[in-house]
Amino acid sequence: MARAVTTQHKTIATAAAWIVALLIFFPILYTIITSFKSEQEAIQGFALIPSGTIESYSEVQAQSGYFKFFLNSVLLSVGSTILALLVAIPAAWSMAFSPTKRTKDILMWMLSTKMMPAVAVLFPIYLIFRDSGLLDSRAGLMVMLMLINLPIVVWMLYTYFREIPGEILEAARMDGASLWNEIVYVLTPMAVPGIASTMLLNIILAWNEAFWTIRLTTTEAAPLTAFISSFSSPQGLFWAKLSAASTLAIAPILIMGWFSQKQLVRGLTFGAVK
Amino acid sequence: MKLRTLTLGLLSASALAFAAHAESITIATVNNGDMVRMQKLTDDFTSKNPDIQLNWVTLEENVLRERVTTDIATKGGQYDVMTIGTYEVPIWAKQSWLLPLDKLGDDYDAKDIIPAIAGGLSVDGKLYAAPFYGESSFVMYRKDLMEKAGLTMPDAPTWDFIKQAAEKMTDRANGVNGVCLRGKAGWGENMAFLTAMSNSFGARWFDENWKPQFDQPEWKNTLQFYVDLMKAAGPEGASSNGFNENLALFQQGKCGMWIDATVAASFVSDPKASTVADKVGYALAPDNGLGKRGNWLWAWSLAIPAGTQKADAAQKFVSWATSKGYAELVASKEGWANAPPGTRTSLYANPEYQKAAPFAKMTLDSINAADPTHPTVKPVPYVGVQFVAIPEFQGLGTTVGQLFSAALAGQSSVDDALKQAQDAATAAMTEGGYIQ
Repeated sequence: MARAVTTQHKTIATAAAWIVALLIFFPILYTIITSFKSEQEAIQGFALIPSGTIESYSEVQAQSGYFKFFLNSVLLSVGSTILALLVAIPAAWSMAFSPTKRTKDILMWMLSTKMMPAVAVLFPIYLIFRDSGLLDSRAGLMVMLMLINLPIVVWMLYTYFREIPGEILEAARMDGASLWNEIVYVLTPMAVPGIASTMLLNIILAWNEAFWTIRLTTTEAAPLTAFISSFSSPQGLFWAKLSAASTLAIAPILIMGWFSQKQLVRGLTFGAVK
Repeated sequence: MKLRTLTLGLLSASALAFAAHAESITIATVNNGDMVRMQKLTDDFTSKNPDIQLNWVTLEENVLRERVTTDIATKGGQYDVMTIGTYEVPIWAKQSWLLPLDKLGDDYDAKDIIPAIAGGLSVDGKLYAAPFYGESSFVMYRKDLMEKAGLTMPDAPTWDFIKQAAEKMTDRANGVNGVCLRGKAGWGENMAFLTAMSNSFGARWFDENWKPQFDQPEWKNTLQFYVDLMKAAGPEGASSNGFNENLALFQQGKCGMWIDATVAASFVSDPKASTVADKVGYALAPDNGLGKRGNWLWAWSLAIPAGTQKADAAQKFVSWATSKGYAELVASKEGWANAPPGTRTSLYANPEYQKAAPFAKMTLDSINAADPTHPTVKPVPYVGVQFVAIPEFQGLGTTVGQLFSAALAGQSSVDDALKQAQDAATAAMTEGGYIQ
């Protein structure tokens, strides 16, 4: 009897999980479906079966070069993630292993910067970028993306590092390991799953970032977010074209997420299960 | 002597280097048919100007406005040419944000620009933006449904006729609505239509002393007429319909009449996109016998920001893109029907264009019937037919648009919406220092 209930619970839980997953995934699915419709079909109302035309894709391809935007997206998301890790690993290390009275406050303060609406600092940032000649440059945008994602990266790494027993590091120190050796040979290998998932999440966040990447670029450094936004039209139908552009823009990150989902899930639950 | 030779040598060397180095200009634009077509035709420009390279940045309309405003206000210099509308030009020109277009070339023929459009783009007699395409609004109607209703559309209908026709044409069992009008909130959406409509009812946004006028009977008449008309003969969910939604409805044969941008004529008469392409007739926007019609005036225009380092190259481009020659280039590649409309008088005198675009005369008449400096019956302190060319209008127009959209959806009464609009406008004008 107990066994039957368990199976029943399992079925319900599985069904519920599927429903939730489908609900979350549905907007993306519908975008993909719409991208295979004609403009007329796209605006005609809800329909799950598209006519299967690829005219939107060929129009999107003809109208602007996808590859240049794609390359910028890759450079910006990977570059800003590497920069962020370089800064965040030492920061998280010091906060996890030699905390002071104010460590918690610093962490909270860092997170609080994420609560500020980005547009509030648009003008100061724009002026700084203008005066340092960084407008429409990949380097400038990499730093910007690194800075806005840094609080999350530090927080995540801090949580992972806290799970590592300080005694192991102490033992390494007793064996005469320098600070550098301690971080590179002892801490980092133990925290690889955590670092990997932080990295993946940060790449996704940087890839999707649409406020600064649109506002601080014009042509040279514009990533896929700018590519999508160019297909919204004030006059004329554009839903199918916009869907095709969006599908092209999210496809790489979707595929990357698919392949690395194990690491992502493991990393995200790493600190919580203990 | 030596120094002079050296200086001269250096100067000529740098001049040579400059000539060899192609200058690139960045153009910010919106994504619409005419602009996309222009991007495809730029080879013509670059072959005539091999020393100028063109970079395009296409953005969604609201993002473009925000990006361009940020750049121009901070003199960021990211753009050398920007696409802006008749709303921005007078405001920005007064701020000295735009360069006057005085080097468009001898053969440019600026006098050929339609006077109503040129007037909206000039400040103190100087042209600050060159129109790329212009539009007004008019009535598009189904000739077959009008005949079935036993009516004949006059060239210049009244609002009463529109109401009568709309009610007769409505056949909701067969999915036909008598009239489709904008209802989606936004200063460029429902407020463009309603402000233009209110002009024909004698209403105005502000009196000569900038006092808001939503508490006056003219606005009440406008909004009540609009809400009643849409209730009796409009489509379901009209409060979320903008230009694109109504276009789709009309193309699918679900509207008897549609009052909107003249540029829509080429979409509804296109047999590839429209199921009713051969049944569409055109008429001037309606009036109420007060001497003003409910049509607007808009022109997407190319302007040069004051922060640019490449003003000469930018002017060359603007001159090319808005010239008579450009219209001929489009005609030779894609036919006269695709020439950018609403900017030059000569286009409308061209018999080939008249043949290719049956809506040409009505478009020109509509544009000529709009006067941005005297938009409505009573005098006003502002410029603009379907907008008020002050910086506060974007925010205020959208707020009022939301109130009126709610009245259309039945969420509030006409009187409540007008009262709240009056309060919002009074607050915005007080804050802006227009009134005490």
